[in-house]
Amino acid sequence: MAGVIRRRARHQRLFRWTVLTVLGLFFLLPLLAMLEFTTRGAGGGLDLATWRLLVDWPALTETYPDLASGIRASFGLVLLTVTLTLVLLVPTVVWVRLRLPRLRRLVEFLCLLPLTIPAIVLVVGLAPVYAWVTYLLGGSPLTLTFAYTVLVLPYAYRSIDAGLSAIDVRTLAEAARSLGAGWTTVIWRVVLPNIRSAVLSAAFLTVALVLGEFTIASLLNRTNLQVAVNLLGKSSATMSVAVSLAALLLAFVLLLLLSLVGDGRRRRVEKETP
Amino acid sequence: MTVVTHRPDPGAQAPGVRPTPARRRRSSGGALLGIVPFLGYVVVFLAIPTLVVAVGAVTADNGGVTLDNLARLGDAYILAAFGRSILLSAVTALIGAVVGALLGYALVTARPDGLLRRVVTAASGVLAQFGGVTLAFAFIATIGLSGFVTEFLRDRVGVDLYASGVWLFELPGLLLVYSYFQIPLMVIVFLPALDGIRPQWREAAASLGGSTWQYWRLVGMPLLAPPFLGATLLLFANAFSAYATAAALVSQGSPIVPLQIRGALTSEVVLGQQNLGKAMALGMIVVVAVVMWLYALVQKRSAKWLG
Repeated sequence: MAGVIRRRARHQRLFRWTVLTVLGLFFLLPLLAMLEFTTRGAGGGLDLATWRLLVDWPALTETYPDLASGIRASFGLVLLTVTLTLVLLVPTVVWVRLRLPRLRRLVEFLCLLPLTIPAIVLVVGLAPVYAWVTYLLGGSPLTLTFAYTVLVLPYAYRSIDAGLSAIDVRTLAEAARSLGAGWTTVIWRVVLPNIRSAVLSAAFLTVALVLGEFTIASLLNRTNLQVAVNLLGKSSATMSVAVSLAALLLAFVLLLLLSLVGDGRRRRVEKETP
Repeated sequence: MTVVTHRPDPGAQAPGVRPTPARRRRSSGGALLGIVPFLGYVVVFLAIPTLVVAVGAVTADNGGVTLDNLARLGDAYILAAFGRSILLSAVTALIGAVVGALLGYALVTARPDGLLRRVVTAASGVLAQFGGVTLAFAFIATIGLSGFVTEFLRDRVGVDLYASGVWLFELPGLLLVYSYFQIPLMVIVFLPALDGIRPQWREAAASLGGSTWQYWRLVGMPLLAPPFLGATLLLFANAFSAYATAAALVSQGSPIVPLQIRGALTSEVVLGQQNLGKAMALGMIVVVAVVMWLYALVQKRSAKWLG
């Protein structure tokens, strides 16, 4: 039996490394090509000018004003969308669990609905709504946050709902209420700290999604990072590829951090319940 | 556990006081107020846009009700776009599902909390969600006309990738680029199902004298078939809805439905087709809704076995 298991482990290791090598090549090649493309010098040598310009914010603003405003808009959108999503979703989901359990299916359905409505379809219907938004709030790219909140709803809901399932919300809330806490205190100071990692994961997913969003911004004629990059691709390909790669790496680092944070929490829970 | 400092709240009920039935009924009506902001938001930014599409699809240019827009979905060029979209989604869903499942299995055989699995999962998350413009640029830099691989193959190996035309910016190119985000999505969606397979089952099969092939044919595959099918459907919906990659890659013509909708939205409005874009959008919703409905059916089945 031990021999069989050892042989199987060897086969699995061989299989694992074969698959990983082949697919690793397929997935890393385009990324390496981007890196090579942005550092390609005139005579075939190495040229880091693009990357030097990318980290030099004042010079970048001067050379590519559209790109700089796109980057600013996207980071603003990240902050606004994370805030709006959490403010809208966390109290609602907690409230529905505690007080309106019969509406849970409805809220879940509404939150997952954007999965069945492609962004390109949503933008068709959003056009008249955004005519009103522009009328009321102006045409700033930051108004895209309303549409982005809808886009992240399914992912944020799943993560927050999973976080709430892992704790006993009802007991916590009743304990806090019996000590005289109001509902705001219950949500803000009792429930929220207990689902911190779920909230963090919702926030990180939002960041990745907003940084990569193109469809809605482009078709509503607002400039965000991806729209600016796409436009720049026509005039200065090197810079646009460099910005794309930088944004991709940023999102990767964020998600890697997310997996570490989630893991840290799990380990702590395991320690608490031996 | 977080320490909660006590702060008296005048609005709170006194401890130990049970609400009377009358009071409970009133507070349940008040409880509904708690989700009003959420519902209002969803109505304005999700329900109304959906209604705009649905109503617009059956509205004539003069405001009357008509089925002309929907009938025009039968036009040859729109049917062809739907056909190409469905073909593209089906092929990349299959490629993504098979290759992604292999990669997922390779990850499951590694240590669950190891660095390898963590890095691959995070990278899959980024590549599955990010896509779009970045992906188009990545492939232009790789196998574009002056791309890294194109030049290498031409100068060193003597192979011209584009001997029979520049296919990167057409349907074959989309197939390749879409696979690049379908495979990572499969890894994310399919990993939980693979984790549900217990090593004890394999040991049980082995102790009864079963070979590896028998284990996979009689135990592993039947168990994994429903989640695999479900994940494939999800991948189909994902590719069918994708827009950004194609928009950044294809600048001439509109081979697939999302690009046709872009054309309808941005071009000068031709008389009599103001609402054609909405009809096509409705067509997309119908296709995705059918796929997601099938997905929900399959999901119920696999939750029963692997939950």
